Amino acid sequence: MTSQSLSALTIRNLHKSYGAVDVLKGINLEAQPGEFIALVGPSGCGKSTLLAMIAGLESVTSGEIRIGNRLVNSVPPKDRDIAMVFQSYALYPTMTVRQNITFGMESRGVPKAHQAEAVKHVAALLQIEALLGRKPGQLSGGQRQRVAMGRALVRDPKLFLFDEPLSNLDAKLRVDMRTEIKKLHNRVGKTTVYVTHDQVEAMTLASRIAVMHQGSVQQFDAAQMIYSRPANMFVAGFMGSPTMNFIPAELGDGAGRPCVTIRTVDGGTAALELAQPVPAGAPRNVVLGVRPEHIYRFSDDLKHRKRAIATVKAPVELVEPTGAETLAVLRFGDLEVTGRFDPDSAPGTGETMTLGIDMARACLFDPTTQSLL
Amino acid sequence: MAELALAIDLEAAAASRRHFWSRFAIYGLLTVFAAIYLIPLLVVVFNSFREQAEIARNGLISLPKTFRLEAWAQAWSTYCIAGTCQGMQRNFLNSLWMTIPATIISTLLGAVNGYVLSKWRFKGSEVLFTLMLLGVFMPGQIALMPWAFVLGKLGLTNSTYGLILVHVVQGISFTTLFCRNYYVGIPDDLIKAARIDGAGFWRIFWKIIMPLSPPILIVTVIWQFTGIWNEYLFGVVFTSGQAQPITAALVALTASGTTARSYDVMSAAVLIGALPPLLIYLFGGKYFVRGLTQGAIK
Repeated sequence: MTSQSLSALTIRNLHKSYGAVDVLKGINLEAQPGEFIALVGPSGCGKSTLLAMIAGLESVTSGEIRIGNRLVNSVPPKDRDIAMVFQSYALYPTMTVRQNITFGMESRGVPKAHQAEAVKHVAALLQIEALLGRKPGQLSGGQRQRVAMGRALVRDPKLFLFDEPLSNLDAKLRVDMRTEIKKLHNRVGKTTVYVTHDQVEAMTLASRIAVMHQGSVQQFDAAQMIYSRPANMFVAGFMGSPTMNFIPAELGDGAGRPCVTIRTVDGGTAALELAQPVPAGAPRNVVLGVRPEHIYRFSDDLKHRKRAIATVKAPVELVEPTGAETLAVLRFGDLEVTGRFDPDSAPGTGETMTLGIDMARACLFDPTTQSLL
Repeated sequence: MAELALAIDLEAAAASRRHFWSRFAIYGLLTVFAAIYLIPLLVVVFNSFREQAEIARNGLISLPKTFRLEAWAQAWSTYCIAGTCQGMQRNFLNSLWMTIPATIISTLLGAVNGYVLSKWRFKGSEVLFTLMLLGVFMPGQIALMPWAFVLGKLGLTNSTYGLILVHVVQGISFTTLFCRNYYVGIPDDLIKAARIDGAGFWRIFWKIIMPLSPPILIVTVIWQFTGIWNEYLFGVVFTSGQAQPITAALVALTASGTTARSYDVMSAAVLIGALPPLLIYLFGGKYFVRGLTQGAIK
């Protein structure tokens, strides 16, 4: 019971079904006070439904939602002490920015003097003082976003809920607002649940990420753990861009050391020495997961810098310079593998490269269960 | 070169001539149809200002040779219909007292219904909406007997209140359909945000939905006002004499001529009866057209 009283939000074995369709299948999550949790996953994974259930906008089929210590399963949204920012911003179109921000306090009968004070504070925090007299229709996308956040902030709630708040903004503004949200969270320090389909947003903002797929949480962990030790192939493939390379491989012993054998383009094989001992109970056939940035141009210097470098030769099929880095499509057997290189050491098309793969960072997956070994 | 240019010029001239004649034909035809529509109205307007004797002499359709306003005054306050000589004013006011409350009440009920059926859906609400829609397609005659029974039981026969009740109920299908379809276009997120903001069913209705509603409310009001004002069947069946709305009274007026028909007074009476919907459309017409074409809120 002690762990429960510490959490700002606890979700236990939560289910949601619409008729025969199970949308959420036993969700377990908790958030510490002040924590920033991201729910990330492809569309249709149930993340927005989960958020709506936390907000009280969707009913609970079974399971528990607790905000603080209080079971809120059947508490109406207005009594949950939450605030929410919507993807569409959901600003009341006929009201001014000021009225939008005070609407909630007005509903709750907060005295006028206090309302004015709160609006002033929030407007200063978000730098929207100049917009208070305008209608939402007269605001730009970024300004609407700020006002929507202002409306949430002014309540001083226990829990902040964000439903894909940045996905209606253009790319540049999205990055700016992302930084602002992070700054704001650092300053305000409220527990936040943030839904997004953008893994970069999740990585940059959240202290912990819940990766969702087909109605269940695939992994709930710190951002760096999600990235470096993904629980299964779905998480590994979803987080990171370009996506992790999955290479079918065979476990074996190379000169007494554990290694995996993969196919090379000439029909032969290459044995890559593993950095860790083979986990017990691992099948003979595995999937080797290598992120593009863990593939380097081999050099003696690399061998000194990294402790577990395995080498393999592969031809370069295509080169895609992006400025900061250069992506190269490499051929391993009949597979295409993407590598991410520094422009200085980038290969040319048609070159056959000797690659150094950082095996300390590589992951092994069971091809049948798809989970991490 | 010059020949080629000349040929092109001739071509262009021919095209512009063809264009002129096709335009001419279109506008000519439109003018004819507009005239077919407008001439009867013009005849009635003329006759309301002509002397009865002149009408008798020169025929019903003829340009006015005399001008007087007396027919209007008679039609309004002194002409005798079925034995009472008070003109149309009583029936005009009956129609106003019937149409205004019935329009307001049916529009408000339609707005609330539309709000519930679009934003607070419940199990079976779609079925309910479909059933309400049936009312749109149901001719009024079908409801005559049931209404006679209901009004009799309530003691509301031969009364304006009875007609208000009939028109409110008969109008709900239309007003609900209009409002519901309009409110479907209001994003659900607004309602969700307001619920989190602590607003309840009525506060959301008055503070969020209503301020967004003027376009559809204007459409609904024009539709209801015109429909109820012009309605004849219920008026003539459920009321008589002094209690009749103007549409029913107009028919009584045309039938009450014991001597020669006074076409001047009849014309004025018809125009008095047609004026309110005309004015409503004149002032609200642009909103009406805009409202019918505009669905969503940006």
